[in-house]
Amino acid sequence: MEIVRSQSKITADAVPTLPLYRSAPALEVRLEDFELFAIDRLRVLRGISDALSRGKKPEEMEKLVKDLWKANMRHQNASEVINKDIISHFVLRLVYCRTEELRKWFLSMETMLFRYRFRFESLDAQRALMGEFDLPYKAVSNAELENVKEKLGQVARSISQPLPTADTTFFKVPFEEVPDLVSGRRVFILKGYAYVAMNQVVSLVVTQFRSLLSKALVLTNRKWTSTIREQEKDRLAPIVEALSTSYIGPDYSQPKGCAEISIRDIDQIANSSFPLCMRHLFEKLREDHHLKHGGRMQLGLFLKGVDLKLDDALAFWKAEFSQKVGAERFEKEYAYSIRHNYGKEGKRTDYTPYSCQKIISSTPGVGDHHGCPYRHFSEENLRTALGKMGVSGRTAEEVMDKVRNRHYQLACTLTFEAIHGSSCDAGINHPNQYFSDSQKILQSKKNETS
Amino acid sequence: MVEGFSRRKLLSLEMAKGENGRDNMQIDGHEPRQANAVYEEFNANYLKAYYGKLFPHAEMFKWMSYGNDGKHPACDHSYFGRREFSFTLDNDIYLRFQSFNNATELENSIKEKCPVKIDIGPVYSVDPAKRHAYAQSGDNVFTPVERELVFDIDMTDYDDVRYCCSGADVCLDCWPLMTAAIKVIDIALRDDFGFNHILWVYSGRRGVHCWVCDGRARRLTNEQRAAIADYFRVYKGNDNSQKKVSLMGPVLHPFLARSYTEVLRAFFEEKILSGQKLFATAERFEKILETIPDESIASELRGKWMESRRSSIAKEDINVIRWEQLKHLLQSGKHKAQGLRRCVEEIVFSYTYPRLDMEVSKHMNHLLKAPFCVHPKTGRVCVPIDPEHCEEFDPTGVPTLSSLLDELNSGGQGAEIDNELDRTSLGKSVRFFRSSFLQPLLKSCKEDMESSYNRKLQQSKNSLNW
Repeated sequence: MEIVRSQSKITADAVPTLPLYRSAPALEVRLEDFELFAIDRLRVLRGISDALSRGKKPEEMEKLVKDLWKANMRHQNASEVINKDIISHFVLRLVYCRTEELRKWFLSMETMLFRYRFRFESLDAQRALMGEFDLPYKAVSNAELENVKEKLGQVARSISQPLPTADTTFFKVPFEEVPDLVSGRRVFILKGYAYVAMNQVVSLVVTQFRSLLSKALVLTNRKWTSTIREQEKDRLAPIVEALSTSYIGPDYSQPKGCAEISIRDIDQIANSSFPLCMRHLFEKLREDHHLKHGGRMQLGLFLKGVDLKLDDALAFWKAEFSQKVGAERFEKEYAYSIRHNYGKEGKRTDYTPYSCQKIISSTPGVGDHHGCPYRHFSEENLRTALGKMGVSGRTAEEVMDKVRNRHYQLACTLTFEAIHGSSCDAGINHPNQYFSDSQKILQSKKNETS
Repeated sequence: MVEGFSRRKLLSLEMAKGENGRDNMQIDGHEPRQANAVYEEFNANYLKAYYGKLFPHAEMFKWMSYGNDGKHPACDHSYFGRREFSFTLDNDIYLRFQSFNNATELENSIKEKCPVKIDIGPVYSVDPAKRHAYAQSGDNVFTPVERELVFDIDMTDYDDVRYCCSGADVCLDCWPLMTAAIKVIDIALRDDFGFNHILWVYSGRRGVHCWVCDGRARRLTNEQRAAIADYFRVYKGNDNSQKKVSLMGPVLHPFLARSYTEVLRAFFEEKILSGQKLFATAERFEKILETIPDESIASELRGKWMESRRSSIAKEDINVIRWEQLKHLLQSGKHKAQGLRRCVEEIVFSYTYPRLDMEVSKHMNHLLKAPFCVHPKTGRVCVPIDPEHCEEFDPTGVPTLSSLLDELNSGGQGAEIDNELDRTSLGKSVRFFRSSFLQPLLKSCKEDMESSYNRKLQQSKNSLNW
């Protein structure tokens, strides 16, 4: 991709409506467009990410992606639309290639975007795209279909899809190629092969798309660190760096702003400033003197994020766990993983506190107390928990209403506003953000009174 | 009375044998102790003897080599050396990223370090012991490339549906939960996913491990592993939600339907229902009634059962009677509503469907305890379980460290050294491991190697001609 400062001179070969972004195009791009296009695409990806964290259903996602795309990816010049698409994608590749965490986010959001855009394409266009990916799958013969007809019907009914008819095309593919269909039990699997209906081939194509993009991102990263960053240090590098930080928000891996907390006043702080998910874990820990792994991770990293120092963290967990398992077993079995969280053991990664999105999409099982209470509690338990926080009556009903519509973060935001008697316009996206916002409000109230 | 007497006599005989065994033992530093303690204690010196004489080092090496230790030109001789082993030592020192170049190195290291636990990790891109050297080059070269697909099922995850014991304990009343889990998962791994080389192992205390060793399984990505784990996941409850199992859709997916009709229904009705006395007290049947969405049916049943409590002289098992009443009411013509019919299935799934520790299966670099380790708390050996006959498996009857050493020492002088393993009750387990798992596995590894080699040969020939 050539980048020029002056007027645009864009020529491009004919490209299909849904590009596969196989290679960077030979386009000239104005520096302003470089940034503006990227921001527009980021709005789309951000929108998808927010919707996912609210647990939207596939049908809702479909509409949402369509709207987001229409709203942000237009161009006054119709012939430029596809260039904008391609340019913005490649700019964001540069932006998001630079760390594992960024790559992961970009990869899932782009894949999600591709998935829904593929579904908007006509059947012929879909076939053409399958051809472009060079997928080696043949349709299953009628004779073979006859043998498994009953099972295919059973699967279709189990996911409330129309029964396959005689002219439904099925592809028989190794189950490894369609992990999303396998995990949702949306296909019939026999002896290692999944029977994928024509209206499900998006899964096959998406797998290809994802693996190509994943490899490309690693290569882009190599190129970025080896040459581009240095070459472009006055021109593109500042833009690229600004783009990634301004839109993904802080990750709370470096606690800042608030004063250090100590274990002495942790109970009081938990009561005033912990979001419900952390309060619940905290109370369970005090009650049972134990938490299972998922809970230890969620609460432990959160506490790290609010600047509980390693020594204090060890003392804190030890005080609880040793009542249940004894000090010796604590040292043996649990202390390691706490030091691990702080990057003092194993591969020494300094782990980041979990975001709302991660917590909402977690899957707590028996004996687990982690996860998002707004999502994972039964209505009754949630109501009780809210009551304990002093949220009841009409406010509680509003919260429950958000929960029913699966706006878990909005439910949490409402709770925050009710407790603090102060609005929270940005919404809650991270338990540590909840904490620091809460501390800020309490601090300013304190200053007012004194 | 007679029975009680004879049992006591048996016990004292056993104790006498224990004492004898101890006297015959020739282990340095072994202090005489209370007779019956011999059977329970986990002793570092016993462990040394176990690794010296009984642990199947050669078989473990053969397994972990997957045919790459042969002379075939397609063998990858670095393969075994890139596998991570991890040892937990007696003094709680935890040694990760151990690697060995050959069978002798592995065996010597185990014998020398005498680990209380051996864990097996993935095969990495490079020798895990030298990972730091590679890390300096910056790129992510040190990464797992192969790992068996593993499953871990632990009885503690069933604590809300078993009343006989809790936590670390298991007994013959709750063990059928594991049997049902093995059946359901094993059938699906073979019939649905097409895997053939599957090893089930008793975890030594309260659960089972499963190792799927087909080449295809070893090469799965984390995402594909997660997909399989999710395919098996039905249980969605946590401690703060009421409904534990929710079966959606107008019919069950073929996998769930088969699990229900071929395994779960029978296990529930024949083993769990009476074994766990699911309807015996108000507290227990309330838990089941809570899951019925139709309040009128629930209260009709509740009324009936509160009534019958006073006059329970029935010969038939009360649990069976109440289950039949519940089924009858939910499935009778009066209540055609689909949600209610599904309710019977949901109850059966809640109480019997396998509960997997998902995290273990999802990630390549999760460690899992090696088969034939000795559990440090129970002294029981982690022996393989035959999925074909898993209902016969008795966790309380597996060989223990001390019983094995007893058997060794009571063998007399004439026995040959070679057959020491066969003389003990562990011999049967090792023979099963060899014949039912290892031999078929190595045979297919050889075939895979042969065919991939021929393909390559063919390719290079073609390119030469061209």
